[in-house]
Amino acid sequence: MKILVPIKQVATLDEDFEFREDGRDIDPDFLIHDLNEWDNYTLEEAMRLKEGPGGEGIEVVVATVGPESADEELRKCLAKGADRALRVWSDALEDADAIGVARVLAALARRESPDLIFAGVQATDHACGATGMALAGLLDLPHAAVVAALDYTPGSNSATVRRELEGGSYASVRIDCPAVLTLQLGINTPRYASLRGIKQAAQRPIEVLDAEALGVTADALGAAGSASRVRRMYVPEKGRAQMIEGTPAEQAARLAQIIKEFGGAA
Amino acid sequence: MMSGILVISEHRNGELRPVSRELVGAAVALKDATGEPLRVAVIGEAPERYVAELKLAGVDEVLTVQAVVDAFDPEIYEASVRALIEARQPSLVLLAHSVDSLGYAAPLAVKNGYGFATDVFGIERDADGWVATRAGYGQKVNIEVDFPGRSVVVLTVRPGAYKPVETFGEPSVSAVPAPAVTPRSQHLGFEEPAGGDDVNIPGAEFIVSIGRGVGEEDNVEEFKELADSVGATLGCSRPIADAGWLPKARQVGQSGKTAAACKLYVAMGISGSVQHMAGMKHVETIVAVNTDPEASIFTIARYGIVGDIFDIGRELRNHF
Ligand SMILES: Cc1cc2nc3c(=O)[nH]c(=O)nc-3n(C[C@H](O)[C@H](O)[C@H](O)COP(=O)(O)OP(=O)(O)OC[C@H]3O[C@@H](n4cnc5c(N)ncnc54)[C@H](O)[C@@H]3O)c2cc1C
Ligand SMILES: Nc1ncnc2c1ncn2[C@@H]1O[C@H](COP(=O)(O)O)[C@@H](O)[C@H]1O
Repeated sequence: MKILVPIKQVATLDEDFEFREDGRDIDPDFLIHDLNEWDNYTLEEAMRLKEGPGGEGIEVVVATVGPESADEELRKCLAKGADRALRVWSDALEDADAIGVARVLAALARRESPDLIFAGVQATDHACGATGMALAGLLDLPHAAVVAALDYTPGSNSATVRRELEGGSYASVRIDCPAVLTLQLGINTPRYASLRGIKQAAQRPIEVLDAEALGVTADALGAAGSASRVRRMYVPEKGRAQMIEGTPAEQAARLAQIIKEFGGAA
Repeated sequence: MMSGILVISEHRNGELRPVSRELVGAAVALKDATGEPLRVAVIGEAPERYVAELKLAGVDEVLTVQAVVDAFDPEIYEASVRALIEARQPSLVLLAHSVDSLGYAAPLAVKNGYGFATDVFGIERDADGWVATRAGYGQKVNIEVDFPGRSVVVLTVRPGAYKPVETFGEPSVSAVPAPAVTPRSQHLGFEEPAGGDDVNIPGAEFIVSIGRGVGEEDNVEEFKELADSVGATLGCSRPIADAGWLPKARQVGQSGKTAAACKLYVAMGISGSVQHMAGMKHVETIVAVNTDPEASIFTIARYGIVGDIFDIGRELRNHF
């Protein structure tokens, strides 16, 4: 069987960042890249099944929709034991939102025919929380979001999942498979890559495809395949924090005063 | 021509979720601005039981859809909301940005070609149609999005972003026929959060809370001691609880505890994610300590200290 793990290269802002000329995004020179935090957990969950009872035949395929720089994140996954890595890109995808990305992943999933798909609940950069479930919709597969525990026997035609709800309670759900799940932080304890794994991953191939080759037509690609369009991006007005300046000793003295005033008032 | 605003309410375990009234709050403001009628829908096994609570001021019509189970199922919700849209032809559909809608909003939008954005906290309409504002890059920027060419726009709205409507009106009530769905998943039951620690985050008046900025497990001890010496209850953000460095009962936020009685909250090494803030942003005095001057926690804090939590922590102990 096969588990598809779509992963995202996320971006955080450099301390002094600038907007792109059109004002619709950040100038890429000021972005720092990393693997989406949630994707450490999705890969781990796939590896946990592969290494668990009956998992010998499981192939774990990691895939991303992103430019060449995203290879680095795929290699992190290969280093931790993923069997195969794929990257899909076309310049038109610059303008894709989560729905536009899901369309490409759907085309890829149709080619790969996985038995399970594990996406992250959301990404640390834009926190859309949409890609994985949009993918489920496009593939018309059973789906569950914010899964905090998974009970699945490889080859079985159903799984039991624990959806994490607001306030820390849970709902248990039995779901037919193949299915698409979005997995939540804390579902497992992600491993670190070994040095040997990292070395080997550097030599491993990454299959690179363009979206057109996967059969994504122009009317579904990038902006055309998206459900929203960015008009502008801006820094919101700062809230009301009054900054406490000075040396750490001075800052701490003021904080101590705030605490003592509170204690006096309580 | 699509016209009208449709709000999808949420309930769990027989209780209407409070965010439903916030969605109505958001929708009433848009109704006032655009003149479009406002409808609120409820989907459930016995949807009538929620109707009285949804007859809120400003609502023109309450719609019910009968479902085969009361607990949330993504495919029943998706099909029901689609049926509601087809029955009433709204231009805007508002859902809560909640765990349940994370499971069905995107499939609904993508299958029908609706405009779509999540976790929005600003909605307007101008000459081009609906415009929504959400955040990006770890809450550090705002992003304004529109939906060219879409006659229906589905938005999930950030809990806490709008004031709930608390007064009642006299909307009409109609039932929309339930669509045929064969769900491919089955709700088995609810489970309450595990107990564990005897700490009482909801009851604590003074909380010192630590986040990923503590770096490693061995450092947690010195913040335990710090909290003790200043007389605070020690809380934490999610990564600290997920890693098992502190029990889940100490986690503040959407999937943890709400600092309900808290009056002073010192956030140390916490960036200020929406989900963390959901549990503490109401606190009267928030002090944030963070090395990153752009951390979003500073946008809700009363006092901010740009600094290292270890330096500040050690200096602070000298005063107690
Ligand atoms: C459905 C759902 C539910 C969730 N529920 C919750 C919840 O209940 N509670 C919760 O907290 N999260 C929750 N999350 C996770 C949330 O999205 C964030 O991942 C989490 O809040 C981040 O925690 P953090 O701020 O400690 O870590 P980070 O975002 O990594 O921030 C760490 C901060 O520490 C600062 N820092 C680093 N070193 C230092 C230092 N030496 N001194 C000072 N500052 C330093 C950094 O600048 C950074 O701002 C949930 C997510 C989802 C999707
Ligand atoms: N460009 C991408 N390529 C592959 N997977 C992605 C991409 N963007 C998002 N995802 C998946 O969706 C999750 C994040 O969801 P979202 O918040 O909607 O971006 C990630 O954890 C991935 O599983």
